[in-house]
Amino acid sequence: MAVERAVLGEVPEVVERGGWRSAALDFCRARPLGAIGAVVVAINIFVGLGANVIAPYDPLATDYGAMLGRPSAAHWLGTDAFGRDVLSRIIHGSRTAMLVGFSCAFLGATLGTIIGVTSAYFGGRADLLIQRVMDVFLAFPLIILALAVVSILGTGIGNVIMAITIPMIPRAALVARSSALAIREMPYVDAARAAGFSHGRIILRHMLPNVMAPYLIMLTAYLGQAILLEASLSFLGLGVAEPTPAWGLMLRGAAVQFAESAPWMAIFPGFAISLAVFAFNLFGDSLRDALDPRLRTQ
Amino acid sequence: MATNRARRRGSETVRGLVVGVAGLMLAVLGGTGAGAQERPRYGGELVFVVPTEPASYDGHREGTFALVHPVAPIYNTLLRFDPTDRTGTRVVGDLAESWTIARDGRTYTFRLRRGVKFHDGSDLTSKDVKASYDKIIFPPSGVISFRKGQYTAVEAVEAPDAATVVFRLKWPSASLITALASPFNWIYRADILAKDVHWYETHVMGTGPFIFVEHVKGAYWAARKNPNYWDKGKPYLDGYRALVVKDANAQVAAVRAERAHIQFRGFTPSERDSLVQALGAKIAVQESPWDCVLLVGMNHEKKPWDDKRARRALTLALDRHQGSQALSRIAIVKSVGGVQVPGTPFAAPPEELEKLAGYSHDVAKSRAEARRLLTEAGVPEGFSFSLKNRNVPMPYEPIAVWLVDQWRQVGLQARHEFIESTKWEADLRNGEYEVAVDTQCSYAVDPDLDLYKFQSMGISHNNYGRYTDTVLDELYQKQSRALDPDERKKYVREFERRLLDEEAHYAYTLQWHRIIPHSAKVRGWTITPSHFVNNQLDTVWLAE
Repeated sequence: MAVERAVLGEVPEVVERGGWRSAALDFCRARPLGAIGAVVVAINIFVGLGANVIAPYDPLATDYGAMLGRPSAAHWLGTDAFGRDVLSRIIHGSRTAMLVGFSCAFLGATLGTIIGVTSAYFGGRADLLIQRVMDVFLAFPLIILALAVVSILGTGIGNVIMAITIPMIPRAALVARSSALAIREMPYVDAARAAGFSHGRIILRHMLPNVMAPYLIMLTAYLGQAILLEASLSFLGLGVAEPTPAWGLMLRGAAVQFAESAPWMAIFPGFAISLAVFAFNLFGDSLRDALDPRLRTQ
Repeated sequence: MATNRARRRGSETVRGLVVGVAGLMLAVLGGTGAGAQERPRYGGELVFVVPTEPASYDGHREGTFALVHPVAPIYNTLLRFDPTDRTGTRVVGDLAESWTIARDGRTYTFRLRRGVKFHDGSDLTSKDVKASYDKIIFPPSGVISFRKGQYTAVEAVEAPDAATVVFRLKWPSASLITALASPFNWIYRADILAKDVHWYETHVMGTGPFIFVEHVKGAYWAARKNPNYWDKGKPYLDGYRALVVKDANAQVAAVRAERAHIQFRGFTPSERDSLVQALGAKIAVQESPWDCVLLVGMNHEKKPWDDKRARRALTLALDRHQGSQALSRIAIVKSVGGVQVPGTPFAAPPEELEKLAGYSHDVAKSRAEARRLLTEAGVPEGFSFSLKNRNVPMPYEPIAVWLVDQWRQVGLQARHEFIESTKWEADLRNGEYEVAVDTQCSYAVDPDLDLYKFQSMGISHNNYGRYTDTVLDELYQKQSRALDPDERKKYVREFERRLLDEEAHYAYTLQWHRIIPHSAKVRGWTITPSHFVNNQLDTVWLAE
């Protein structure tokens, strides 16, 4: 019937239901936990972007009369050791977390994918060489490599982004390479080669678009990891420096000193980190399930 | 009868109350000073915590308290700081029984105590003192002497007879007596030094109240009482054990669990509060201004800090009095001070400090002046500069947060860079910074030690402000050679005014504050502004 209507010039139902909105609705219905993750991620992004408007106080403004203040009507999540509003610092901290998270995840996943696909495409000695270099980086745990990089480059947001991105690249390259190895053998790649297209064109136009699914999965998975790493580095005093509002930074120093008498200084930023990482992981896992054809058919 | 009895009972109650209140006041004001009135008890082992370990055992070549705390009780020095003096400035004899100073201030003659023996049984003579000071002041090639520079006035050390030591000076030195009381200047055996000048780098053997037993690296130091100590009746303890505990939380836990009686360097306010809360009457707290301070160093070779108006603006922006109240709750800083520790002989009284830029209680006026000076110096609103800081959380981080906030009040944006200690020091030394948190810490409160840093670059090896100021250099020399304390005080005041106000080469933040919560059993130990002095432990005893 549907085919008949289409022949008669009516818009087919399948076209009406297509597009992003429909895909999003399907995603929400099929994976409610992933949808919740996506909502929290969206809230995080919104809060980060609108921090200047949303935060009740200047996150840097000290009030020595209100030091170590309990949660109250004036300060919903209390104040820290300098009398700064904890809620405002968490809200502005989400900006730092999102900036570092998105930058690291995007750079790490993108550069890793390019390297992985290139390595798979050329194969042979080039592949061997690239993969052994990647193996060297993979031999170090993520946090250890990030610590090493930041101790060489120094602290600050730019260096922290670089420190977290570098260990992500080989991990992304490994995943992208394994996907690209299968694509390399596809007839259309052979056809492109036979047509005399350049290596760059084949990699960029014929292979990379076909590893988009793992790329998107890595992107979301790395977001959570990057936020956690940034918080870890800041907690260790190797990330961003005071008085910049950052979640990991809020957990160190006075938060540790006054953990017994002013626990809100550590509890709320810790909760913000957990929530953000949990949300990104939920979203990433659901996205993987939705995009991976093997899992989709199961 | 009944009335009389009631009256008597009433007067006893009042007397009891008065005694109780007086006792409480004594305990509060004097810490364990009240204990000093008690009869010392013999016996027991003092257990204390040391956070780190030294590179060698030789006090002459080391500069760390990590050596002094566990090893000072093994040795004696020629002079020492009076262990009952809270200012840590009153010098008394240790191995020297008495001394005289020639009228021209260039000859110091010391009479040594008789009957002093090294732990190996040999007698101490003036030869040993001379050999030790020759090693400190005129070290042979290949021998490191950490404080050699403090004895440039000394021309020669002589030992005319077995019980006399003479120091001959090139010029009068107001600080020589303090320098000879240095807690690092242990007296070694001359014969041993003659055979092997490096022997004391790996061995411990002195004349002190305790005899070295063992050092298990990374674990503990142990020493036992010297039964033949020259100061009869001392020491009171049977021995001591210094536990090496690097982690600050573990140090607090050791005191809280009563596994250690004391840590002699200092704890933070929150650590003090948690110990007091946990142990109540079992803990006593002694506090003192600390002879350490964090400074704001401004690189005179970088604009706009070459302009004294900009430098003055940085110090004028600071509300030190409010900072003192607030930061003392969360960090080891408290007193508002100048170039000398408040309450010590050469310190500026509060009314004089108030006149210096940035020390006034009228903060609004100071900040208006700061803004005016910045405008005059061509520094725009919102001017951004980097503040390099050492990545040691306490008290460097809270001080930096406070500074950044204070400078925001006058329209300046400081970008805090919290960098690794070695790089921080290298950057300061090489002038690779705009504004930095710098530090000044001495083993004893004395203008020579505390002002040395601020002389011109080239004279002072750690003037990181990178300036030349011949007026300051001249004032330093004058105070250093002024034997009359009042005259010296006058020059110190002039130095302070020029350094912190007229030229504003540096800005002082807040004086560090030393907090020692210790077991109430520990008696006979008095806190001083230096965590290097008063660690001979000969006067310390443990109550029941």
